[in-house]
Amino acid sequence: MSMVNIVINGIDLQVPKGTTVLDAAKEVGVHIPTLCHLDLHDFGVVNKVASCRVCVVEVQGRAALAPSCAEMVYEGMVVNTDSLKAINARRNNLELLLSNHPFDCLVCTKNLDCELQSLAEELNIREIHAVGEKMDYPLDKSSNAIVKDPNKCVMCRRCETMCNEVQTVGVLSGLNRGFGAVVAPAFNLDMAETSCTYCGQCVAVCPTAALTERIDLPKVWRALSREREHVVVQVAPAVRVAIGEMFGMEPGTISTGKLVTALKRLGFNAVFDTNFGADLTIMEEARELAHRLEHGGTLPMLTSCCPAWVKFFEHQFPEMLDVPSSCKSPQTMLGAIAKSYYAEKMNLDVKNLKVVSIMPCVAKKAESARPELSKEHELNVDFVLSTREFGHMIKEAGIDFAKLPDTEFDSILGESTGAAAIFGTTGGVIEAATRTAYELITGENLEKIDFEDLRGLDGIREASVKVGDIDLKIGIAHGLGNARKLLESIQKGEAFYHAIEIMACPGGCIGGGGQPYHHGDAEIIKKRQKAIYEIDKNTPRRKSHENEMVLKLYEEYLGEPYGKKAHDLLHTCYTPGEKI
Amino acid sequence: MPIKSLDELRALRASLQKQVDLREKGESTEDVVEILVGMGTCGIAAGARDTFNKLLAVTEAKGLNVKVISVGCVGFCHMEPTIQVNLPNEEPVIYGKITEDKVEELVETVVVQRKLMDENYLIKSFGKAVL
Amino acid sequence: MRERMTLLVCGGTGCMASESEQMLIDLKNKISELGMSDEVRVIKTGCFGFCGQGPIIKVQPDNVFYVKVKLEDIEDIVNEHIVKGRVVERLLFVDPKAKNLVKEHKDMDFYKKQYRIALRNCGFINPEDISEYIAVRGYEALAVVLNENKPEEVIEIIKKSQLRGRGGGGFPTGLKWELTAVHRREDKYVICNADEGDPGAFMDRSILEGDPHSVLEAMAIAGYAIGANTGLVYIRAEYPLAIHRLETAIAQAREYGFLGKDLFGSGFDFDIEIRLGAGAFVCGEETALINSLQGMRGEPTKKPPFPSEAGYKNMPTSVNNVETFANVAPIILNGPEWFSSIGTEGSKGTKVFALAGKINNIGLVEVPMGTTLREIVYDIGGGIINGKEFKAVQTGGPSGGVITKQHLDTPIDYESLKNIGSMMGSGGMIVLDEDDDMVEISKFYLDFTQDESCGKCTPCRIGTKRLYEILDRLTKMEGKPEDLDIMEDLCINIKNSSLCGLGQSAPNPILSTLHFFREEYEAYANRTKKVSYSINADKCIGCTKCARVCPVSCIAGSVKKPHVIDEDACIACGACYTACPVDAILKP
Ligand SMILES: Cc1cc2nc3c(=O)[nH]c(=O)nc-3n(C[C@H](O)[C@H](O)[C@H](O)COP(=O)(O)O)c2cc1C
Ligand code: SF4
Ligand code: SF4
Ligand code: SF4
Ligand code: SF4
Ligand code: SF4
Ligand code: FES
Repeated sequence: MSMVNIVINGIDLQVPKGTTVLDAAKEVGVHIPTLCHLDLHDFGVVNKVASCRVCVVEVQGRAALAPSCAEMVYEGMVVNTDSLKAINARRNNLELLLSNHPFDCLVCTKNLDCELQSLAEELNIREIHAVGEKMDYPLDKSSNAIVKDPNKCVMCRRCETMCNEVQTVGVLSGLNRGFGAVVAPAFNLDMAETSCTYCGQCVAVCPTAALTERIDLPKVWRALSREREHVVVQVAPAVRVAIGEMFGMEPGTISTGKLVTALKRLGFNAVFDTNFGADLTIMEEARELAHRLEHGGTLPMLTSCCPAWVKFFEHQFPEMLDVPSSCKSPQTMLGAIAKSYYAEKMNLDVKNLKVVSIMPCVAKKAESARPELSKEHELNVDFVLSTREFGHMIKEAGIDFAKLPDTEFDSILGESTGAAAIFGTTGGVIEAATRTAYELITGENLEKIDFEDLRGLDGIREASVKVGDIDLKIGIAHGLGNARKLLESIQKGEAFYHAIEIMACPGGCIGGGGQPYHHGDAEIIKKRQKAIYEIDKNTPRRKSHENEMVLKLYEEYLGEPYGKKAHDLLHTCYTPGEKI
Repeated sequence: MPIKSLDELRALRASLQKQVDLREKGESTEDVVEILVGMGTCGIAAGARDTFNKLLAVTEAKGLNVKVISVGCVGFCHMEPTIQVNLPNEEPVIYGKITEDKVEELVETVVVQRKLMDENYLIKSFGKAVL
Repeated sequence: MRERMTLLVCGGTGCMASESEQMLIDLKNKISELGMSDEVRVIKTGCFGFCGQGPIIKVQPDNVFYVKVKLEDIEDIVNEHIVKGRVVERLLFVDPKAKNLVKEHKDMDFYKKQYRIALRNCGFINPEDISEYIAVRGYEALAVVLNENKPEEVIEIIKKSQLRGRGGGGFPTGLKWELTAVHRREDKYVICNADEGDPGAFMDRSILEGDPHSVLEAMAIAGYAIGANTGLVYIRAEYPLAIHRLETAIAQAREYGFLGKDLFGSGFDFDIEIRLGAGAFVCGEETALINSLQGMRGEPTKKPPFPSEAGYKNMPTSVNNVETFANVAPIILNGPEWFSSIGTEGSKGTKVFALAGKINNIGLVEVPMGTTLREIVYDIGGGIINGKEFKAVQTGGPSGGVITKQHLDTPIDYESLKNIGSMMGSGGMIVLDEDDDMVEISKFYLDFTQDESCGKCTPCRIGTKRLYEILDRLTKMEGKPEDLDIMEDLCINIKNSSLCGLGQSAPNPILSTLHFFREEYEAYANRTKKVSYSINADKCIGCTKCARVCPVSCIAGSVKKPHVIDEDACIACGACYTACPVDAILKP
């Protein structure tokens, strides 16, 4: 790599060509504030619109200041980050942003977790000199997952980069000119009227509360406070490796036991594990794959446990609705079983049984409201909380999370295998499915459980696994843009796979839209992934079909996997949508 | 009919040149010779139209840079067709009875040789303001 | 009979709006009724530039220039001038200074100091007839370079001519072509920037309406020089006539083989497409223009990379302005030395300005660089209307500033205008007189920029809005003295940290007027701006009623003579206004 010599604040340094001034400055301990900038290049997410102008610095020989986040170094470049001109400009620009921002911090979803707020503190803004009109757009609460408050938008365009370039959904883009400019769907449609997948990645990167998940926590508090209601809760695999971050714990800390304890203390009647639902999903999905392979069904089979991905293909590839597996997602499978098997077993009136899910995900909020995922007007899942909402719930209750002892999930829908644990990361679902399908198809015992080829963070991966006499070709994509590429190559006949796993979020659910904010630090997501594989490794049983409670469920209640009752409770159907 | 070379283009231009000639002459800031032809009713009756045409033809044939302009009655009705020749930096001269057949001679004598054409010479005593 | 006379009827947007199209038809009909169609040619041309005097009809070779022609005047022009050779005096231009009739346009002050390169064919040829363009050496420059020059030689010629971009920035055109040429990519593009969003500017429109082929020819030359085979004209949809003329011209050029494959047998292919813009000012900025061409939001992106490296479809692209292009063919035909002999040290050739405001002759003028403002205002422009006092000239529109009396003798070029806090911009020039309020002028421009800001970057999106709000408060007498400091801080920051030229130059109108006319701002900020009533002497009948009601006795005048208000003493109570029986009192 060729190096260039530059000078920053009088310090000489050498950095590789293609480095931004911002990154170069970090090398010599010079901090430059940023707002719009976002660089998760390991996940293919880089926002370089340079619109906020909060990072401007002086480059010798140029009249105008340069945005350090997007300005590339060149040989002989002389930069001053601390000249009065630059400092004044940065403060002035932030002041301008604040002059057009509601002062809602006290009651804002983002309070103390907001990049704009911390920046205001960092740059010591104590007075706004040029006050004037503020934007006045209506709050968009149309969808079941995302709340859009344009008045808090700082036009950083991160969401747009995410939605257009990374996810290729194209819902959010710059609208209107001048002071009225805002990021919104075309024609300023309500989110619910668009083809938004609710992947929540825009929420994950929005520095302010302009885009947030819908807050469902008050409904859960209310349900818990009603004597007549029996409230059960389930926790998704990716939550346990992230929740600790909300309490100052190292990213990637596994806090399964603490989390269960917290939920019990919060008064849930039973604490279940979505991983149980995941094992159940594998039982069905592996069987479905085997069935398709044996009976010449549609190939490839695509996983369907990510609701954002489901919504994506319904809108973007409506002609391919027969390709995805008909399996419900683990959370709704578990919900369906809770409201049938569990209710019967416990002799509960389903009307008084409420299922709460704690998910790393924003899309799951919308999924739970899908009409086909309810039975006799009873939703499979009643309320979905994000990991963040769950963290706030713990804080609200005054629970000192870090000091909690460990407890086990409640037994009936609480057992799980290592295969279920890895549902939380990209590549996990298909690896879990392969472990089971292998034994199902070949009848042999799988010796080498770890499929390293399926792991990693490349946007599109493929591997081939010898299963009996079939060379099972597997594709993996995370991020919807990568999914699109993969699907298009299949449509064009350029690639062939037997099975494909797709997760909408970069990294899979560990990078979900409902997780504690990573604030642009990709390392956090990687650490969560490490923890996920750690859980798998340390779980005694690592194949879904070895989950004894799951086997008991089939025996006692469902009958055959992929059979009639299983279909009724655990499978679903898709509806074509439009691209808006 | 696509033009396929510089030469073809130049030939085409030469053939089109005429249509902008009048304008180029009018626009010209250099001093060109002006010949004003009285085209009042009496002038036309006396054949001014033919004179005008002939003037255009002759000056063109000789490749002379001359503006031929039709003007109203010059006021010498008995001497029609009347023309006024404005040579650069000289006082205008008016000639009378310049019928078509006199044009050749007039152009040769007055414009080319810059001499007076005595037999038709009328007057030279006023400024350019005749027009 | 042979052709003896040509009538040129202005077909520019301004004159067309005043029925020049119908005049053209009437002229043709009448002439044909008289059986004179062979001898008298009637041509619709592009704009003559003297728009304040339109509609204009010019008669050649007589070189008679009729102004403010009305439909009913056609009869006289035909019967008097064409038939009888008598000039219709009442339609001649009246010199505002000498008050005499001017027959020939070269005798008019308006045209005297002009030097037409870019506008050479405007008002001279029929823009809808390619043969007219060919007759004035059209496409010869293209044929010559394709025949005789290597692409790098063409670049060398343009570099040597020292032509600089006329779109505002003044970047050396030859260098821009060279920077585009050096990138070896499969596709490259030439873009003609005809967005022209500056309020009050219409030179590019006039060129496209009056001489579209000159732009097409230059684009092909640029294409050859940089190695591009495709040209795009980005033109605002609000220019229907220019679009129509361009379309006609492109079709005709294709027919003659001046566009398309294998031009002049050289093996070089070049074709041009027209793309319509929605008319946002910011879309004139080259990166925004390219985004808009690609169907994306018309907002600028950070430079570098410049379009010459990564432009349209991420390919090397040369974006040049209409007027820049209009200079290219004459440079090739007359040589770069000819061009560089005109103008000043750093700015060669001419510049077209749209002259407007409180000036006698308004219209398009093309003057050699280095002409002083005084010459433009007083000689070409004929001075200030109603003999008022000159105050300043606003140049560069929303990106520029004012030039005051002390700089009237500055020779106009890129650098000198910048040095005095204004800029060449695209060529708007608005003359202000003593009655103009500088704070109001700033407010006008800031209202424009805050509205036209694309909204991408913070300083421009919010900052220009705040500037406008402050100016609005000031002019409503709701300002505070601190406002001036806040405004100045904002101006400096917006200039320093905006992403594109729009924001970077948006504060110029304020900074410049604040520099030269700070007291006007202070008068508003301190709320000491004097407001007083005054009397229209033409209306006043000298009834003395006002003088009698004035509580501070500041109205003087004798019976039956116009009265006068002492503006310094007036407390603006309005008593006189109510008292006057003939509405002669003017509100402040
Ligand atoms: C806000 C803004 C508006 C502009 N509008 C125009 C325009 O209308 N026409 C134009 O030619 N250039 C315009 N420009 C300049 C272009 O970005 C570009 O520099 C120019 O087209 C280059 O051509 P030139 O080198 O021939 O001048 C504008 C620039 C800015 C910042
Ligand atoms: S988004 Fe941030 S700055 Fe805005 S109100 Fe919420 S916490 Fe405060
Ligand atoms: S949730 Fe996903 S699809 Fe919807 S707007 Fe946000 S990024 Fe786009
Ligand atoms: S909604 Fe959020 S992420 Fe999107 S542009 Fe606005 S502030 Fe940025
Ligand atoms: S990848 Fe996981 S977190 Fe993201 S949308 Fe899909 S299910 Fe939700
Ligand atoms: S300076 Fe103004 S026009 Fe330019 S990018 Fe910024 S907001 Fe848009
Ligand atoms: S962080 Fe660099 S411009 Fe916003």
